[in-house]
Amino acid sequence: MKIGEWIARITRLRSRRSRLVSGIRGSAYNLSTVKDARIRHSHGSRGWTAALLLAAVAVGVSACSGEFPQSTLHPTADFSQQIDTLYRTIFWWALGVFVLVEAALLFVIIRYRERPGSPEPRHIHGSTLLEVAWTLAPAVVLVFIAVPTIRTIFRTDGTAPEGALAVEVVGHQWWWEFHYPELGITTANEMHVPQGRPVALSMTSKDVIHSFWVPKLGGKRDVMPGRTTRIAFTPDSIGEVYGQCAEFCGDSHANMRFRVVVDAPDEFERWSTGQLAGPTSVDSLSGPAQAGAQVFMTKGCLACHTIEGRSAGVLGPNLTHLASRSTIASGILPNDAEGLTRWLRDPPAEKPGSLMPKIPFTDDELAALVAYLRTLN
Amino acid sequence: MTAVAHHTSTGLDNRKLAFWMFIGSECLLFGSLISTYLVYQGRSVVGPTPEEILDIPLTSISTFVLLMSSLAMVLALAAVTRGDRRWSRVWLLATAALGMTFLGFQAYEFTTFVHEGLTLKTNLFGSTFFVLTGTHGAHVAVGVLWLLTLFVRSLQGKLGPDKAINVEITGLYWHFVDVVWIVIFTVVYLLS
Amino acid sequence: MATSVMEHTPSAGLGARVWSWITTTDHKRIGVLYGVTAFAFFLIGGLEALLIRLQLSHSGNTVVSAQTYNELFTMHGTTMVFLAVMPLSAAFFNFVIPLQIGARDVAFPRLNAFSYWVFLLGGLFLNASFLVGAAPNAGWFGYANLTSSQYSPGHHIDFWVLGLQVLGIASIAAGINFIVTIVNMRAPGMRLMRMPVFTWMSLVTQFIIVTAFPVITVALVFLMFDRYFGTNFYQVAAGGDVLLWQHLFWLFGHPEVYILILPAMGIISDVIPTFSRKPLFGYAVVVYSGLLIAVLGWGVWAHHMFQVGLGPIAESVFAATTMMIAIPTGVKIFNWIATMWGGRIRFTTAMLFAVGFIAMFIIGGLSGVMHSSPPADLQQTDTYFVVAHFHYVLFGGAMMGIFAGIYYWWPKVTGRLLSEGIGKTHFWLTIIGSNLAFFPMHFIGLLGMPRRIYTYDAALGLDTLNLVSTVGAFVMGTGMLVFVFNVLWSRTRGQPAGNDPWGGATLEWSISSPPPAYNFSVIPEVRSRMPLWSENGMTPVPAVPPEPVHVPPGSFWPALAATGIIVAAVGAILKSLLVVLGGGAVLIVAIYAWALEPFEV
Repeated sequence: MKIGEWIARITRLRSRRSRLVSGIRGSAYNLSTVKDARIRHSHGSRGWTAALLLAAVAVGVSACSGEFPQSTLHPTADFSQQIDTLYRTIFWWALGVFVLVEAALLFVIIRYRERPGSPEPRHIHGSTLLEVAWTLAPAVVLVFIAVPTIRTIFRTDGTAPEGALAVEVVGHQWWWEFHYPELGITTANEMHVPQGRPVALSMTSKDVIHSFWVPKLGGKRDVMPGRTTRIAFTPDSIGEVYGQCAEFCGDSHANMRFRVVVDAPDEFERWSTGQLAGPTSVDSLSGPAQAGAQVFMTKGCLACHTIEGRSAGVLGPNLTHLASRSTIASGILPNDAEGLTRWLRDPPAEKPGSLMPKIPFTDDELAALVAYLRTLN
Repeated sequence: MTAVAHHTSTGLDNRKLAFWMFIGSECLLFGSLISTYLVYQGRSVVGPTPEEILDIPLTSISTFVLLMSSLAMVLALAAVTRGDRRWSRVWLLATAALGMTFLGFQAYEFTTFVHEGLTLKTNLFGSTFFVLTGTHGAHVAVGVLWLLTLFVRSLQGKLGPDKAINVEITGLYWHFVDVVWIVIFTVVYLLS
Repeated sequence: MATSVMEHTPSAGLGARVWSWITTTDHKRIGVLYGVTAFAFFLIGGLEALLIRLQLSHSGNTVVSAQTYNELFTMHGTTMVFLAVMPLSAAFFNFVIPLQIGARDVAFPRLNAFSYWVFLLGGLFLNASFLVGAAPNAGWFGYANLTSSQYSPGHHIDFWVLGLQVLGIASIAAGINFIVTIVNMRAPGMRLMRMPVFTWMSLVTQFIIVTAFPVITVALVFLMFDRYFGTNFYQVAAGGDVLLWQHLFWLFGHPEVYILILPAMGIISDVIPTFSRKPLFGYAVVVYSGLLIAVLGWGVWAHHMFQVGLGPIAESVFAATTMMIAIPTGVKIFNWIATMWGGRIRFTTAMLFAVGFIAMFIIGGLSGVMHSSPPADLQQTDTYFVVAHFHYVLFGGAMMGIFAGIYYWWPKVTGRLLSEGIGKTHFWLTIIGSNLAFFPMHFIGLLGMPRRIYTYDAALGLDTLNLVSTVGAFVMGTGMLVFVFNVLWSRTRGQPAGNDPWGGATLEWSISSPPPAYNFSVIPEVRSRMPLWSENGMTPVPAVPPEPVHVPPGSFWPALAATGIIVAAVGAILKSLLVVLGGGAVLIVAIYAWALEPFEV
């Protein structure tokens, strides 16, 4: 049997009681008595419905359980909390409208479907009253959405209160630079902030447009060359939260990730102090690490990277305290020996388009370099 | 172009209606160019600036020339409509000649600016100025070509009163290009 | 004796037949050309989507490289917007509008052909970029300054800039053509408020096209000049502003989405009354709301820019205008539902797609309202949440509306019906597949996945949802294959259709399927909004014309002019002034030949 006939046969079987005659034979006008489209409680369709529901529940359960480190629905700062409250308001209104309108649609297509003996419909052309009603009703709903919206816009416009911790963010292809002007700290890809204290981000880009987004802390803001944008937030929970660039910025846009670590206030103090200290002197390093320091200085790394007291490159992230971070290469690899080795062996393979070239290291050089970098606390 | 005018729902010839739509579209084209010019005014990081380099007296003359060409265009249409073969050719050629004169002034202005250090690449003013006025100049050039074509058709005896609508549409285009120039002249030169 | 569109003349050789298609100026044939070409591009765009979904089916996947992925999502978006949905709508504009208003053809048949050839060649040009490994790769909205020559070296963006400008020419020309056609060539008695809603929405769409496309043309010209001639429009170091691109692009871009949806809304406004056997409820309101949407649509563009820091006042204004535009949109939905109320609904495939449009568009519209709130949008924009939103309105909306139109008007175009059985399979696969594909994206976005990323971290916990979405995409793909099968099946096995297989109300159903070359043997006088449903709604149209009807000949110049334009574009890619001038010369020759050619409508 040809496929077409097979498909038609299946659909015909599913509408066994319908007087529909499929296009294979029968006149066009008989198409007016289609019944198979409505929800039918025939044997086959009940089974299908149940199976679909079960699948949906299974997916829902598996998808909604578990950790979502970049979720917008679990706010841990005032900015994200304001947004979340507003979103839930809008969501419930939208759900209400959805249920009402889809129900109306469902009702008409079931109630007024053609059946034997259905009367010829009366030609009604309109109703001014209904038009006014269903113009005003959405307008009223929108007012309930607009008012909290505008209130939240002004509350979250990026102006930070007095005494906020100032952090400058600079987006690069494809990593994040962070400065703390009042503290004199420069770091990359991992921002530390103290719990409970307002943070004021001023942001720009060195090259193309990127977007700074830490969903748990708040909404995103683009960072653009030649312009400064601002975000203000006060984090309320301790922990590490995930961030990611959210404006397409080239080959490795997908790999431009970062972390924000919310520390307890005293922990933050310790972190700041640690960031200001210089790296351990090379002479006091043990064998491989000491050799690694040499590798750093002779294989080209110093052209792009800064290690306090040793090099002053600014094209790539500041590495002075690299070992204090939980990830490397803007959040795409863990900060351990294996991660470092993978990265250093072939950066463009890990991060397509990476400006950091693939440098030919011997295995010994690589191991030494990794050992050195792991001393940079 | 078709010689027969068909019955239309509005009474307006299809070609004329089409051309007005095209002009509407062109308004947005020039509108975007002029808006960009305005938004970028004063933001050039290096010179030359408009005040330093624009020659308003000279450009006033070329503006006047273009305005006169619109007058010639009106007279050309009148001549074609009344079937005056000789004056049709005179005024069509005059319009084209005045248009070419305007373009000559523009070419002179552009080359002078380049010698004085203003190119497309120099700064924001160079980019916006040349693209805006260049686009306008290209429109004038197309118009000149169009007018010369009509002139040749007239020489061939194929531009009688039945073709008046073609000349009318040419006139629409020409006047539009003129009006756009008035706006550009005001915004770029007089308000600098 | 005039021949109809789809009749084969077996006596004519292949060459003559191909030539007749190249030189056709018949709106019906041009409509078929648009439809076939656009659908082919739609399938290409769909293939790109399947590759995208395959890559994203789990974290850290390696089906395609990052560079290829970036080309895929860019071309998927560009293709679907400019080469699929718009020209599919154009297929309907072409075929249906003259029939609905009682005209013999469009106002400018050669210009009509020109628009098609420019579209075809422009689409081929854009896709040829794949052949040279330089497909556009900066997203369908190509933000500056990523698109500058510094950050996008090579030809990728040049193809995009030139291709879009070429396609813009086709759209503006067609826009002008259809405005004049609808305004000026209606049959006697076909007052504006008697026109079918499809024609009305198409008219509004043409006005949007003619006004919005010049703005993107300027934006693209600036980018082209930056890349080719070193100007500073988007150069920050020279004082330029990257946001200039965004403002210009979205001033075009937002009206563009109404260009994409209004024709489909027009289609279902015709389909639903036919299969409910009731007139459209609130005709005038539906028409005016379309007009209002077009006008208000110019005032909302910056809602695509809520995350750039416009400032609280600008954000509040654009939030308000965006929310306002939801009202006329919602009003249409209520009017469609009220049309079905008290009706006698036949669930033909066309009607299923129309109802599916409404169901899906409600969801897409509501997620749009969520986006209209800037603070909420800061969590939603640039994530899979907005990807869900626009696929619900563009696929669930525009494409499903277009499929409704295909099933509805297919018999008029070809003289045969598509199979209802196969059609229903197509419908169910499509609606189930698209919901499976796009509904999870709401969650994927809210749970933190940005858009336009070729891979994602397993730690995000989004593998399962992404896999579900991928499965949905493949179900959709299967549906499309079923549709293609239906088309092929219908060619030989489709039920022959008479003038009016559905019992329609509007003029196109008063003539044969397919119509004769001259459409109406005698232009009818129209006395009602639903001429075929009203007593004395129209004067009769005899089967044979009482006197011979002049059918305009074909012309080669439109195709040649289009070729000139593409040659110039190719020259620009090759950076060869000679080739550019050559293309220009061909264009000028074609224009002169066209102007001087005797051609009577």
